[in-house]
Amino acid sequence: MTVTDAARESVASALEADQVVSHLNPPASYDLADHPVPTGREEIWRFTPLKRLRGVLEGTPSDDRLTWDTTLPDGVTVSTISTAEARALGELAPNDRPSALAVELAGGATLVDVPAELETDGPVLIDLHGESADQLVWGHLVIRVGAYAKATVVLTHTGSARYSATTSVLVGEGAQVNVLTLQDWDDDAVHLGRDAIRVGRDATVRHTAVSFGGDLVRLHANVEYDGPGGDAELLGLYFADAGQHLEHRLFADHNAPKTKSNVVYKGALQGEGAHAVWIGNVLIRKVAEGIETYEENRNLVLTDGCQADSVPNLEIETGEIEGAGHASAVGRFDDEQLFYLRSRGVSEPEARRLVVHGFFNDLVRKVGVPSVEEKLLATVEEELSKNVLQELS
Amino acid sequence: MSTLEIKDLHVSVDTEDGPKEILKGVTLTIGDNETHAIMGPNGSGKSTLAYSIAGHPKYTVTGGTVTLDGEDVLAMSVDERARAGLFLAMQYPVEVPGVSVSNFLRTAKTAIDGEAPKLRTWVKDVNGALERLNLDPSFGTRSVNEGFSGGEKKRHEIAQLELLAPKVAVLDETDSGLDIDALKIVSEGVNRFREQEGKGVLLITHYTRILRYITPDYVHVFVDGKVADQGGPELADQLEAEGYDKYVKAAV
Repeated sequence: MTVTDAARESVASALEADQVVSHLNPPASYDLADHPVPTGREEIWRFTPLKRLRGVLEGTPSDDRLTWDTTLPDGVTVSTISTAEARALGELAPNDRPSALAVELAGGATLVDVPAELETDGPVLIDLHGESADQLVWGHLVIRVGAYAKATVVLTHTGSARYSATTSVLVGEGAQVNVLTLQDWDDDAVHLGRDAIRVGRDATVRHTAVSFGGDLVRLHANVEYDGPGGDAELLGLYFADAGQHLEHRLFADHNAPKTKSNVVYKGALQGEGAHAVWIGNVLIRKVAEGIETYEENRNLVLTDGCQADSVPNLEIETGEIEGAGHASAVGRFDDEQLFYLRSRGVSEPEARRLVVHGFFNDLVRKVGVPSVEEKLLATVEEELSKNVLQELS
Repeated sequence: MSTLEIKDLHVSVDTEDGPKEILKGVTLTIGDNETHAIMGPNGSGKSTLAYSIAGHPKYTVTGGTVTLDGEDVLAMSVDERARAGLFLAMQYPVEVPGVSVSNFLRTAKTAIDGEAPKLRTWVKDVNGALERLNLDPSFGTRSVNEGFSGGEKKRHEIAQLELLAPKVAVLDETDSGLDIDALKIVSEGVNRFREQEGKGVLLITHYTRILRYITPDYVHVFVDGKVADQGGPELADQLEAEGYDKYVKAAV
């Protein structure tokens, strides 16, 4: 073997190390051919009832749009850009068929731009509303937050639609960003979404997904890093009612050293056929030394007839890490908790209410958007009234 | 007035080998202003007695009666028993994540009284109770029993005793795991409760230590699910000197 060959081989192996792909997260690609129509047996599709996507995966072109109602703090702009411009901004390429179709068929993207060093005086509010599930809507969004800026973005989805959207959150160096997406759809909505975040060097990002409504909601929250020191917190809260399918897929791709990710998703299920799916995955690449990661999912099953699938994964390519862990639990009411509360005179429905509120409280407090926190507690209360608060006959 | 009357109580639990009888005919009356200590070796059924009175679903009453001022306790649900005036201070208080102590106390007080406590006096009452038990006012914002030290859990139980003001308190090994300072604080709390008119206390303990601070009117020795002996406070001294051996041997 010549020296040149050896060098070539080491370069090749180095390249291969870079190309480590997560078996749960196929490589991102704009090419639709890389995202074939799923049969339902694929690892990334096996939990999703494809029929209930109601033809979204066929990729029928459509001009339908959600109505947009925005509240923008001073200095924040919203504009329309072309598909090519979105790509040129360095958005994150689609990682599954619905997000690839969204880029292909949305006919351009909406850019929410927070300039560098801007500290917004209030949250960016984007209210998206659909008229009916007959509408097929392709969405393409880019949220760009400049270096050292500080901003909160709240996306609220109401009404109904069959909506497939891809969103990139590009976070500049040292920025602090809080993104919350609330799925408060009507009962028949279908929502496929992929939020992908690139965390700048030393930037801090919190992303919260809150899913209450919709017939089928399947959301990705993916994070990768643009340099060392990035810190991402991915939170989620969901309440699956009878017949609802709520699926959250998390991916923290530690592609830079000294980065952090913390994933906490909590959900409650009630009613016949309520189905929650949570797939967490963390990939720690060879280069990602000294990282810290933790992922956690907890499900509270309130009635019979519900199903919660919870699968945490961890793929590790380096041993030089600060900490990595995960936890997953699916459980019913803890009889001892109920006994303790009832032994203090609290009625059984009231005890259940306290336990569920308590279950969500810690998470709600972390959201960091006061107006939304209040609404979340109210919605939890509303959901509880459907079941838990009804006196047992 | 308050009289807790337990007559020929039989209780069993489900085990893998079928139901197992733990209490084998317990008869005990706790009258007005009386403090009864129940002492016995591990596994004698002391805690089962406490949990059966409170109505824990794990225990099945197979015979006997329990009445509070003539009312049939066994016919009541767990929360009805508490509202009727029974309180159980638990050996292992349960964590309720995300529910703050202040929310918990207010909810319990509202349930017991049938109406929400007056805000101004209530805040004062809570702060007073916490202070007397040497618990920081910030305690109210913590989740119920979550991350509490053993001593904090027990002091929190006694703070509840003070605020919820039941007729009869059952204290299940409240002294276990307490250092001497915490034991004194907890005992003072129990004594404040006893000093009130018409309160009854059933103090369950393995050790005589707590009886130095809380003097019982009666002492019952509990062995193998039954009362094996009873007497006045002097019986506790005898147990301290001799242990439970002679009772355990007699029961075999």
